[in-house]
Amino acid sequence: MSYELVFDVERGDFDTAGEASRKIKRTLQQLGISNKVIRKVSIAGYEGEMNLAIHSAGGKIILEVGEEELVLTIEDTGPGIANIDLAMTAGWSTAGDEVRQMGFGAGMGLPNMKNNADNFQISSKIGEGTKIVMKFLV
Amino acid sequence: MEKLLHSVYLDEEKCLGCTTCLRSCPTGAIRVRGGKAIINESKCIDCGECIRICPHHAKLAKTDPLSKKDDYEYTVAMVAPAIIGQFKPKYSIDQILSAVKALGFDEVVEVAYGAEIVGQALKYEYHAKRYPRPLISSACPAVVKLIQVRFPELTGNVCRLKSPMAMTARLIRKRIREEGNYKNSDVGVFFITPCAAKATMVNNPAASEYDKYDQIDGAIAIKDIYSDLASLIGSCPIQEGIHNTTPESCTWALSGGESDYLKNKNVLHVDGIQNVINVLEEIECGKLDTIEFFEGLACIGGCVGGCLTVENNYVAKMYIQDRAKKMKQTSIVHMSDEYVKNIYNSGMMHIKERILPRSPEPLDQDINRAIEKMKQIEVLESKLPGLDCGSCGAPGCRALAEDIVAGKAKEIDCVFVLKDRVRDLSVLTNELLQVEHPTEKPLIKKD
Repeated sequence: MSYELVFDVERGDFDTAGEASRKIKRTLQQLGISNKVIRKVSIAGYEGEMNLAIHSAGGKIILEVGEEELVLTIEDTGPGIANIDLAMTAGWSTAGDEVRQMGFGAGMGLPNMKNNADNFQISSKIGEGTKIVMKFLV
Repeated sequence: MEKLLHSVYLDEEKCLGCTTCLRSCPTGAIRVRGGKAIINESKCIDCGECIRICPHHAKLAKTDPLSKKDDYEYTVAMVAPAIIGQFKPKYSIDQILSAVKALGFDEVVEVAYGAEIVGQALKYEYHAKRYPRPLISSACPAVVKLIQVRFPELTGNVCRLKSPMAMTARLIRKRIREEGNYKNSDVGVFFITPCAAKATMVNNPAASEYDKYDQIDGAIAIKDIYSDLASLIGSCPIQEGIHNTTPESCTWALSGGESDYLKNKNVLHVDGIQNVINVLEEIECGKLDTIEFFEGLACIGGCVGGCLTVENNYVAKMYIQDRAKKMKQTSIVHMSDEYVKNIYNSGMMHIKERILPRSPEPLDQDINRAIEKMKQIEVLESKLPGLDCGSCGAPGCRALAEDIVAGKAKEIDCVFVLKDRVRDLSVLTNELLQVEHPTEKPLIKKD
């Protein structure tokens, strides 16, 4: 049996930012997932949610819960990342001053996601969008 | 699981089942059943929010009567740092303490004394390697329980120094033991408490941090002795020089009072249980990674906002700040680094047991069945109006859906679902009335 949760995240929507991560956390607690895994998914999910709000043209967060693994997919419709290796470097960010003043844009988003996931895949195409698939062992 | 005892309880006669308390509960621990509120003990964190909000004063905190002291040969009152905010600064701290003593105690000691020790020891404990960052204050027992229940992954961050209350009790007992005039069991130590969470710590040894060397025999609510204090304070003899508050520990009852001890660190102090929850959520998802110390206090303003205090919390804060300012100019009370370091190194300041998570029970131990139940909850939730009105006795529609799947409630507990069912039934009744039965004579004669 598997279970899926989908959240839409709009660009610049800081009012609801963090809501998806909170809901994911509560759902995983109710499904009996261990606290350790929940923490990792929470951190990765929150970074993903913020990335969608700050950098993307809007996108989706999809959580799939299976018996052996959790899959967290962060998918957007643009603008795409020109140089993925550079974007994966800790401390590198394209965030503007305004966003940085809000405490975001430290350039730790993608590296944090990668560090917390057991498996991390990223693909991106300029003009089309970015897709990140993270797997967590239950 | 050990039995969880609480000091928050319900006066059934006063409870009208009005549902006001449902949504004020930060852990969703309350339901109304059979017209009365019921508190789920495993979820309650003793924060006192329901006590504050109940319009019928049906939620109470179990504390001890002053008369409990009569069971002991020698009695000591330990007053919470919040007490000096309960009276105008024109009354000196010595005057307040003398009034407490005049209630019939042999001795009165300020918990601010323990607060100074704990506050100073914080700078040593901060460097202990076992803590992930941020180090989280253990000063507020309601927040510690909140972390156990809602933020289980952060239990390892919680500071394992004992509270000022326990430290003060330990040092009092140590001194009396050394003086040799009374047996430890003949000495009654009472905490004058501003809140329900501290009362729970005193009255529930399983949930508490202390052993027989820092035994506290009862918790007496500030509001229960307030009127007696108010009449004694101007009339009883003043014992000069009994206070031992330092200008720093003087503000311990205010949000940020503890954080002030960690100079040159990135500290964040937050008060009010909902605000604390919001910030803990940010800490949990890794957003606040530059914070080195987090102090969260359940009551607005800090302990001055405790549900067992009398004075308005903002006024109390003003009184305390006024006292602190004056004390900074005149105080000669100091505590040496050496003294605190010796106590810290003795090991008596640390809680022996680890603070463990108390995660809520999953929907089912088997993940497949849990997923199935989750889907049922979502289907049910989509049929409910989403108004979170509380009329069903649960704090919201989602909670009702969860209760139904757990077999603890019915769909028609929702008044809107019930109304729909009644309408469907009346449509059907109407329809059936229109149908002519073959053997029935027509009501209206046909020509």
